[in-house]
Amino acid sequence: MIGDGDLRELYQEVILDHNRRPRNFGALPAANHRAEGHNPLCGDQVTLFIDVADGTIRDLAFEGSGCAISTASASLMTEALKGRTVDEARALFRGFQELVTVGRAEGAAELGKLEVFGGVRQYPMRVKCATLPWHTLKDALDRPDETP
Amino acid sequence: MTLALEPQPAPLPAPQPAPPYDLAAVRAEFPILSRVVRGKPLIYLDNSASTQKPRAVLAAITGCYEEFYSNVHRGVHELSMRSTQAHEDARARIARFLNAPSSDEVVFVRGTTEALNLVAWSYGRTVVGAGDRVVVTALEHHSNLVPWQLLCEERGAELAVAPIDDRGELILPELERLLDEPGRPVRIVAAAHVSNALGTVLPIRLLADLAHRAGAVLVVDGAQSAPHMAVDVQALGCDFFAFSGHKVYGPSGIGALWGRAELLAGMPPWQGGGGMIAAVRYSGTTFAPPPQRFEAGTPAIEAALGLAAALDFLDEIGRERVAAWEGELLARATELLSEIPGLRLVGTARDKAAVVSFVLEGVHPHDVATILDGEGIAVRAGHHCAQPLMGRLGVPALTRASFGLYNTLEEVEALAAGLRRVRQVLLGDS
Repeated sequence: MIGDGDLRELYQEVILDHNRRPRNFGALPAANHRAEGHNPLCGDQVTLFIDVADGTIRDLAFEGSGCAISTASASLMTEALKGRTVDEARALFRGFQELVTVGRAEGAAELGKLEVFGGVRQYPMRVKCATLPWHTLKDALDRPDETP
Repeated sequence: MTLALEPQPAPLPAPQPAPPYDLAAVRAEFPILSRVVRGKPLIYLDNSASTQKPRAVLAAITGCYEEFYSNVHRGVHELSMRSTQAHEDARARIARFLNAPSSDEVVFVRGTTEALNLVAWSYGRTVVGAGDRVVVTALEHHSNLVPWQLLCEERGAELAVAPIDDRGELILPELERLLDEPGRPVRIVAAAHVSNALGTVLPIRLLADLAHRAGAVLVVDGAQSAPHMAVDVQALGCDFFAFSGHKVYGPSGIGALWGRAELLAGMPPWQGGGGMIAAVRYSGTTFAPPPQRFEAGTPAIEAALGLAAALDFLDEIGRERVAAWEGELLARATELLSEIPGLRLVGTARDKAAVVSFVLEGVHPHDVATILDGEGIAVRAGHHCAQPLMGRLGVPALTRASFGLYNTLEEVEALAAGLRRVRQVLLGDS
């Protein structure tokens, strides 16, 4: 539906769909880790809620407002991380950062659906939009468990 | 009585307004306008951020370097004398551009931001004391806000902000209230001539009268007015006026501050160095008179010449005619964009420069700008260096299309078509 190569790469159908209908959107009362992320350049704002038990992400959700790239990134991230261990989540963050900045090395582990963000690399100004939810994730995981 | 046997002529379509100058010839002077961006001809609608440069400006810079470049005010050799002369001619050209009484009132600076900082740090520090007030408007760019904020923090003074209404116009009675409050002497009023984010044109003459009545001076940020309208600092009645070269089709890294001679004369230097001194002794230094007092170090010599060439270029077309054509572009853009579903124009002042800022419901400005970029259309998305203004308007960010003397009605139509495309891509319009 978008004619041009780079733009079609950026706004892939999966991204547009997750922007229109973000998954895991809303507060998560059971969360024991949470963090807020801001992109002062464009006003993107995301709050991330994570429920971690025994080193595994049992559930996560997000709230906020932002551009299509940051909203879809948050949505797809929450889908990708449910049920993963914290270590796996951190490894995925590194892989995702590679994907949107320098590109994945030959033979690197597949990132699954997250590969749709490969087109962001052609738009340096938008990399921060895609990585904002992931930086917020790292922030949330680095904080102490809030369980009373 | 005659019978209407002949067929009635069909009503003519409303005539397209014709540009008051040879637009094709003007466009041909800008090499970058024939560039292809992302496979499409460039449509440059980010003129409030910076403008493109005509050949005359490029030639002035190259000519300086190829023919007579040397440092200014220093040597007695031929090249230095020629460079100095050209540099001072550029100063005189700027004085003419602003209808300043004397070129000694024109200080070369890097741009509007530096000019405003100069006024804040040199003039501001001499007149603003604890408990005093500096007044700005809610329309200001960070460059005409943050220097005053810093000054007020240092001096223990109060920064007061004159509010705007929902159209983006200054609420004058509120400004007058801020100016007249007993026990709060106002020393400086700082205002944009034209708002960079909304295009609002402020009534500078009136603001000058109000400021003077309150015993304050008026500092005008002219970055957005100088490219679009005739500026006469004497008629405006302001005390300082700042503008940037790169926004008037000239080079970046150069701009000018105009200040009233009697004010400049009483101001201390704000940077020390070569070129701004009269005599230097270890026991103390005496300073050159204005404008050199405020020009420490080697200036941007070639950029000053480029700026003078840009002003020649602009005035050859005629600023009134540029304003008239940009008015047509604004009218057409306002009409076409108003027809786009979910699009809300932000900034609808009655007196407005050729800027259209808007929000498109359900679409973030960065996505708007990225998709327009895919169509070869350059617009700005973001807070436009006016974060408090975005807060006042209740939006995180805006998309802004801003027009210049080389834009065409076809480009305005391409913008409208591009915005329909944005809706298709992101909102699934058919």
